[in-house]
Formats: sequence, C-alpha cells, structure tokens
Amino acid sequence: MREAVYIGRSPSSEPDLQELVGRVALGDEDAFASVYDAVAGSVLGVARAVLRDRAQSEEVAQEVLVEVWRTAPRYRSDRGTALNWILTLAHRRAVDRVRSVEAAAARDHKAALLARTPEFDEVTEQVEARLEREQVRRCLRTLTEVQRQAITLAYYRGLTYRQVAQALALPLGTAKTRLRDGLIRLRDCLGVTA
Amino acid sequence: MMTGAYALHALADGERAAFERHLEACEPCAQETAELSATAARLGLAATETPPAALRERVLHRVSSVRQEPPGVLTAVRAGRAGPRGRLLSRWALAACVALAAALGGTAVWQHQRAEDALREARQAAGERQGTDRIAAVLAAPDARTRSAALGDGAVGTVVVSRSLDRAVFAVSGMAPPGAGKVYQLWFDDRGTMRPAGLMDPGRTAQTVLMSGAVDGASGLGVTVEPSGGSRQPTSEPVAVLRLPA
Repeated sequence: MREAVYIGRSPSSEPDLQELVGRVALGDEDAFASVYDAVAGSVLGVARAVLRDRAQSEEVAQEVLVEVWRTAPRYRSDRGTALNWILTLAHRRAVDRVRSVEAAAARDHKAALLARTPEFDEVTEQVEARLEREQVRRCLRTLTEVQRQAITLAYYRGLTYRQVAQALALPLGTAKTRLRDGLIRLRDCLGVTA
Repeated sequence: MMTGAYALHALADGERAAFERHLEACEPCAQETAELSATAARLGLAATETPPAALRERVLHRVSSVRQEPPGVLTAVRAGRAGPRGRLLSRWALAACVALAAALGGTAVWQHQRAEDALREARQAAGERQGTDRIAAVLAAPDARTRSAALGDGAVGTVVVSRSLDRAVFAVSGMAPPGAGKVYQLWFDDRGTMRPAGLMDPGRTAQTVLMSGAVDGASGLGVTVEPSGGSRQPTSEPVAVLRLPA
C-alpha cells in the first residue's frame, strides 16, 4: 500500500513494479507476491469506491489480482505502466460488477447518487495514502462543479455517461464533454503523462 | 470526443467497441486516451486502503493453481483478417508490413511500428550477414504473406511465408534476453508436432531469421527457450506461437 502510493507519485520507483510484472509474466510466484503487496490496497480501494460493499469488493479485488497473474504475459509495457494497467483492470471489473448487480432505476436519482458520492475521509485514513489522496482532492477542487460531479459519478460510482447526463440533467454531448475536459484538467493538475 | 468517457469506463459496451475501433485509426485519440486512462488510475490510487490479510492468502493460494495465458497468442491478430491489400503490397517488405497493419485493422497499429522496426533492421542487416539474400528472396516473393503478433512482454513477432519458395522468415523486436546458457529456438508446427527450424541469436533483441527447412505445409511456428545449441524437441512451453499465414 505504501509502495503503491509511492509508485504512483514517484516515477523513479516505477521500474520496480514494471520489472516485477515482467517476472510475473515468466511465472514467478514470488514476484507476484511482491506485486500483490504493491497494488492490492489500490485494487481493493478502487473496488470499494465503486461497489461499497466490503465482501463484493474483496471478491472483485481477488478476481482482478488473479487476472493480473493470469494475463501478465500479455501485458505490454509500451501501452502504459503496469500500475495503470492493473488499476484500469480493477476499475473495469468493478464497473462491470456494479452494472450487473445494480438496477438502473436505483441509480437514476440524482439526490441519491450524490448523497453516495464518496468522501475520501470516510475511508480509513492511512498515512501512506494521504499525500496521494490530498493531491487528487486538491486537483478535483480545481474542476468546475459539473466536471467534478460528472467524473466522480463516472469513476467512483461506475455510471455510464448517459447515466451521468441523466443524473446531472445535462445533454448527452455535454456530459461527454464534461468528462473529457474535467479529466484533461485533472491530468494537467496532477502532471500525468501517459 | 469519447476519450474521457472511455477512460472512465463510462461507455456502454457497444459504444466502447465502436470507440476502440476508432482508436485504432486515430493516433492522437489513442495518445489522449492513454493519458486520460492514466489520470483515471490516479483517482483509483487515491482510494487505496488496507487490504485484509486473508485476501493475500486467498489470492496467493489461488494463483498457485491458475495457469497463465501464453504470451504469443493474440486473438485479435490471430483472427487474421488478412485482406486483399496484403497481397497487393507484399513484394516490398516494409510495404507488406504497412499493409499488414492496415489489413489487420488498428489493433495492429501499435504493432506496426515494432514490426516495421524489425523489418527495417532486416534490411539494414542485408549487407552484413550471409543468408540475407535468401531472407530478401522470401520477403520479396510475389506470394509472400505476413502475419504479426504480440509475443508478450513488449515483443512483437512477424512471420513472412512464401509458399512458392516454401520458406519462412521470422522477424522479431523487443525480445527479452533468453538468459545465460539459453537460446530461443524456432519450430515449425506440423499439426501439433514441433519440427526444429533453427536458433535465434541470443545476443540480439531484434533480429530476422530465415527459418531452417522447408515450410512443407506447417500450420504454425513456435518459439521456445532451449539450452544453448538447441534441442531436438522442445523442452519447455513455447514463449510464442504464431499461426502461419495461409
């Protein structure tokens, strides 16, 4: 967990995870244990943010981590860092799960949705994750209200942009645009490069 | 622009597939998508929490019995939508490669650069090594057919087959070193029976090899890691498998 957060902030430590995943691709179970230690907290955190339910989140996290093992031989470093690959996979699986279990009707109500927008503070505060969290929170504050809500609903709630549009009473095209320009602003604020 | 919605997994399935097809043809979109996906990952990182110890045990236990997917079988590429364009352009190695990327659709666009590099390397090496005339003969054969696949870990392999010459050339880039005392060995796949087809240079990460022996109806090629000097039969699971182009 500490490692995962550190990896996210410091490019200099990224080759470690890259190298570990390279070894996992060759079937190295010890390397996989190290990958687990580096990313499991983030994988679980993504699942928890989207799914809320602890048991389901752990189930999805387990599936994702096993998938990392299974598909590591196909991971391509020229398409993004290993950390991005893993967190993208985690988000995708969590979103798939939430879409399969939640009735659409239950997610249509804006008030209900925004009431469930996660406050980072409600997650057990962890010294190791605090810096990353504070930076993301600070950057989220640089977005417009609509951008921030749209991105939060899409990423942390797993809504499609149509549902985001409905929840925020936006035209479809506008919802798409807010997701994009909000992410671009976040990218620039966080200094993310692909 | 759907890049934001895509990076946030906020597209419905059908839209996602359509956008992925679009991405294949749109390099700026692919670049932006990669950046926005990396940004979304930071939102995930910010949600990091402490996993219970039992999860670690469950995952590590599970992993000990889950088989990994082989690196070399890239379904999208193996599906081999080798269209008629490959035929038209196959005389010229580089052109063949570009045609390949086009014929395969954009899934192969990112591969195309790698494959291009490998083939460029092949041409650069033309003056340096024996056998390159025969490599060139295969690459330039009027009936040369090409197939390319990701081999895992960043490597990309391209096989060029001329049925009239009955020979095959294998070009690869981004190969990890095979390890001390080891060598990559090529095999023809005769319906499940592996026939030795030569060794690769263990000191090079990108190279082009004329496969030894006639293609003789082989359906695929395999690459294994073998002790230096090679083996008569594969002694390990293939690190890469490619179907030969028809």
